[in-house]
Amino acid sequence: MDFINVIITFWPKLLHGLGLTLLLTGLSAVLAGAISLPLAVFRTTAGPWAQFPMRLYISFMRGTPLLGQLFLIYYGSGQFRAELQSIGLWSFFRDPFNCAVLAFTLNSTAYQIEILRGGLMGVPAGQIEAARAIGMSKLQAYARVILPHTYRIAQPALGNEIILLMKGSAVASVITIFDLMGETKTVFAKTFDFSIYLWAALIYLAVTTLFVRGWRYLEKRLNPHLAGHAPAEAAKPAMGTR
Amino acid sequence: MLELFAFGDTGWGDELLKGFGVTVALAVVTLPIGILLGFLIAMASMSKNSTLHWFGIGYTTVFRGIPELLTLFTVYNGAALLLNRLAKFANPEAGFVELSPFVAGVVSLSLVFGAFSAEVLRGAFQALDKGQVEAGLAVGMTRIDVFRRVKLPQVWRFALPGLGNLWVNLIKDTALVSIISLDDLMRMTQVAVGFTKKPFTFFLAACLAYWAICALSEVVAARLETRANRGVRRA
Repeated sequence: MDFINVIITFWPKLLHGLGLTLLLTGLSAVLAGAISLPLAVFRTTAGPWAQFPMRLYISFMRGTPLLGQLFLIYYGSGQFRAELQSIGLWSFFRDPFNCAVLAFTLNSTAYQIEILRGGLMGVPAGQIEAARAIGMSKLQAYARVILPHTYRIAQPALGNEIILLMKGSAVASVITIFDLMGETKTVFAKTFDFSIYLWAALIYLAVTTLFVRGWRYLEKRLNPHLAGHAPAEAAKPAMGTR
Repeated sequence: MLELFAFGDTGWGDELLKGFGVTVALAVVTLPIGILLGFLIAMASMSKNSTLHWFGIGYTTVFRGIPELLTLFTVYNGAALLLNRLAKFANPEAGFVELSPFVAGVVSLSLVFGAFSAEVLRGAFQALDKGQVEAGLAVGMTRIDVFRRVKLPQVWRFALPGLGNLWVNLIKDTALVSIISLDDLMRMTQVAVGFTKKPFTFFLAACLAYWAICALSEVVAARLETRANRGVRRA
């Protein structure tokens, strides 16, 4: 088989894998996004002792391999099978997809908390004081002044985080999930045709590129007041690996 | 519980320590190769020659855009196919040649590290003060002198925080090599789990070990940064 025939024969498999990769990434990114917001607010407002457990959590998640975290949840839950069965959670942990979403969510939460913290701290103090001075409650100030600013500041970094998460999600293939990486491996095992890896690489690159484009468009739409100015330094490409 | 981690025939301490050694060796061997590669790629992408320039840009885009795991499999399987074709070509009776997982790990991690460090180094070179280069040339230094005595010491300073992050990422990425069955820490942990049926205990221990290296690395990186910045006046 050659470069072209491989993709003609196996595109349905890769498409299915791509769908799963996007589902894994999207679900985890959104869940982590929802969890990290209150935690980031806590991270910027609570005292050092109250923050200690969270800092430990963030450090652990960022200092250990995602693969290790995935194994810890997927295989590690087996050690507590009896306990998990008694509270009815075993069926959740038995499914590799659930474990992958849980691991990626926990991991991404740690990164997103730190990104949002940067955003929260970047909101000019005068704006918050102004909001309070005209009689907004704390909640109103967050909803109308602080958070919109925070997300504007954090948006490029959040985009990088989602790309890193998508690249990281390839490890899900190790626990028998047939995401893009997993499907690619099965096709290679069947055909021993190296070009399937190149196709997978092209697909990952295409998705990343499209995402970066879309995210930048969103950035422009969210910052209409910056239109016409020199573009803020183009969102730096993802700096890191998982 | 601790007896699980005992050394000798009764526990898994020595096996895990061996795996830990392989993990560290993998990262330590990859680091200089990856930095050298990153340096060359950074040079290429800053080159005025447009072929080199686009090669550099293309390289960093590709290797930063695809999952590390895919790079690893591409190198491991692809290089094995290539080696076998070469072996068959040289000697039609040759048996099946297998690429050592350690070599495949070093090669693919270096390719990835090279791509990321190229971006860090490019940023560092671009942060250099142009006036200093001109001053160097003006006092009669050759281009090589300027490079060695003015640019390099400062590039190191600018690039250090970025390289420190990449090193931590590299350590975490080495865990992927367990998937192509190199006996690193993650793989030895899996072996231990297979025997003891204590997955949580062992994977937690492995994670703690990675965490320890990463935490230690951050301390060392902070020290190096302080040292590299010792001549800088603070506002």
